[in-house]
Amino acid sequence: MTAELRPPSAAACPGCLAAPAQPVEEAPKDARIALSLPGIHCQACISTVERELAATPGVQSARVNLTLKRAMIEADPEMRAADLIPVLERAGYEAHELDAGTLQATQTDRTGRDLLMRLAVAGFASMNVMLLSVSVWSGATDATRDMFHWISAAITLPAIAFSAQPFFRNAWAALSVRRLNMDVPIVLAILLALVTSLWETSLSGDHAYFDAALTLTFFLLAGRYLDYRTRAVARSAAEELTALEVPRALRLTGDGAEEEVSVADLRIGDLIRVRPGGRMPVDGEITEGRSELDRSLLTGETVPVYAEPGFGVSAGEVNLTGPLTVRATAVGEDTSLHRIADLVAIAESGRSRYTSLADKAARLYAPGVHILSALSFVGWFLYTWDLRTALNIAAAVLIITCPCALGLAVPAVTTAASGRLFRKGMLIKHSTALERLAQVDTVVFDKTGTLTAGTPELTNMGDHTRADLEIALALAEGSSHPLSVALVKSAREAGLKPATVTDLAEVPGFGTEGTWRGRRVRLGRAAWVGAEQGARTAAWLSVGEGDPRPFHFSDTLRPGAAEAVAALRETGKEVLLISGDTAGAVEALALRLGIAKWVAEALPQDKAARIARMTEEGKKVLMVGDGLNDTAALAAAHVSISPASALDAARVASDIVLLGQDLTPIADACVTAQKATRRIRENFRIATVYNLIAVPLAVAGLATPLIAALAMSSSSITVSLNALRLR
Amino acid sequence: MEMLTYLIPISLILGAVGLTAFIYTVRSGQYDDPEGDSRRILSDEWDDHPKP
Repeated sequence: MTAELRPPSAAACPGCLAAPAQPVEEAPKDARIALSLPGIHCQACISTVERELAATPGVQSARVNLTLKRAMIEADPEMRAADLIPVLERAGYEAHELDAGTLQATQTDRTGRDLLMRLAVAGFASMNVMLLSVSVWSGATDATRDMFHWISAAITLPAIAFSAQPFFRNAWAALSVRRLNMDVPIVLAILLALVTSLWETSLSGDHAYFDAALTLTFFLLAGRYLDYRTRAVARSAAEELTALEVPRALRLTGDGAEEEVSVADLRIGDLIRVRPGGRMPVDGEITEGRSELDRSLLTGETVPVYAEPGFGVSAGEVNLTGPLTVRATAVGEDTSLHRIADLVAIAESGRSRYTSLADKAARLYAPGVHILSALSFVGWFLYTWDLRTALNIAAAVLIITCPCALGLAVPAVTTAASGRLFRKGMLIKHSTALERLAQVDTVVFDKTGTLTAGTPELTNMGDHTRADLEIALALAEGSSHPLSVALVKSAREAGLKPATVTDLAEVPGFGTEGTWRGRRVRLGRAAWVGAEQGARTAAWLSVGEGDPRPFHFSDTLRPGAAEAVAALRETGKEVLLISGDTAGAVEALALRLGIAKWVAEALPQDKAARIARMTEEGKKVLMVGDGLNDTAALAAAHVSISPASALDAARVASDIVLLGQDLTPIADACVTAQKATRRIRENFRIATVYNLIAVPLAVAGLATPLIAALAMSSSSITVSLNALRLR
Repeated sequence: MEMLTYLIPISLILGAVGLTAFIYTVRSGQYDDPEGDSRRILSDEWDDHPKP
């Protein structure tokens, strides 16, 4: 009997939870270290990982969750994830630390389990009552029928009291602020059905609607559960992305030693060491060291800026070449990240005006049902002067019109569509994101980090002599600066060997220098080698004689960027490029991708303002961006997408997160979203047709519990099947 | 018809047993890792003595 109650396989995502205020219930007890293991896929992987971890001294127990591709480890207090990652890497598994604090919120799934439990009880009770009802429908009479009704009542009342609680609570919440939502007619129908059925039973009447009340609850809970699961899966994946960024910083203690602390523990005035490749944890001022900073996530600029003592830095910037010591001037919520949050809050107020299709339907539907039911009650009462008949008919009208199919129409489609997009690498975070995505007619792209991969690529290798290239290669190999790395990559691909350069030294913030055949050679910033800085990203090579020679770089395109832009234009959407980078770089990219309209050197508020203006003109804008400078624009747009590589703040502001590197799914997603919205509308129409057939019967007083059960089940099943066609 | 006095309680009890079993599986977290569990069962590693 419980076979039907088994949850769909994805109850798998245990993780999805809800109220953070609830006491935390951990997966293995006291799991202290969480590791993400993207590479595991089979039984052998589970055994190897668990064995390797358990064999490490200090580890008490380890458990792998294959569904989430995660390992939870219980270990001695002094163990760190950094000690365990090499162990797994030796065994051949890629491992990343997950911030256990962020994940703990996802470990409990109380709301999910709660809904599942109510669904199970409603299912169990409705099947039992349905069996009893079948005997009544097939002709049980007199005492037998009364007994069946009483047994049904005994099962139904406690079952409804437990399972239908979410509806009671929602309806009460809506009524207490004097509004109507979908739950009000549901609760009214359930309660009225129970009252009239009890009354009928006590008078040994023919018709009792116990089975209808329970089936109704069961179908509606199924819709709620689907809806919840879709959002929970998205939330857990989004939380995993956040947990991957473990916020740690190196603080200098009084005697000059470094200690690793959580970013949350930093205070204003602390001295923080930022190693090359590290991200600034706070806003501050450089007190020691020279380097270059990559500010592309904050401003969209691709050219690294030179940094020296006294220079101000903001949280989120990436240190490229030399170690820096920074004195914190703003920490946590006061950093520049937070200032952007104000812009986001203003921009978001525009979006909350969107009403979902379900709400629109409810707004039309809820008053209509109540009026219809009240009219049939009054009509029959005036016609027969019999309260019992009138009440029976009013209850039948409410039950038949009850929005079972309407309640399933949206969640069933969103679940199917989200699942399909998730397999393509898109995470739908917001519940109405799909509906909004379907309306999009204008697409705005950010440049750096969105259309481009954020890694430079050498463009003018042909302009240089072989000897120069070999010297440049030798110098570039001595540095981990992104431009040097790109130069090395291109030169190696061309089959070049480095020249013999001695005394190689990296000068943080400037470049690399060395001695070649007795001459001093340098590769680095324009000013350092004695050249004029141009508009394009370049590194300059000086070989001690003649003018310095420039190596020009451009950003590599993200895979699928060209295809995505072409596909969007093909479907008749207007594509724009708005970037904070210099005009030259933006124009070059716009030409390469065939984007006619572009804006360069846009400040964060310019981006948001431009999108707000387009919205006022009646356009539905899709914003795709990744940087902090895009967050306000992401929030202002009708719907927004950000890649997984984006800053946390940008991912939070967007409705959809792109999990892979590839941009092609964006165009597909628009098509899927349109299909999904079409299915939702179809579902509403199907539900209406069923109502149009059954309601006249109910108003005419011809509806029996059998007709109610048939209409309800068949419409719900048709609607679910229609939604599944989307897969 | 007296048969109903036995049959109805029996059917209800059987249903309740199924419901309790289901609630037990949910509570003990047996749906947390369906993919992993379906593979673990194929391993003979812990067959002789259960995993501590």
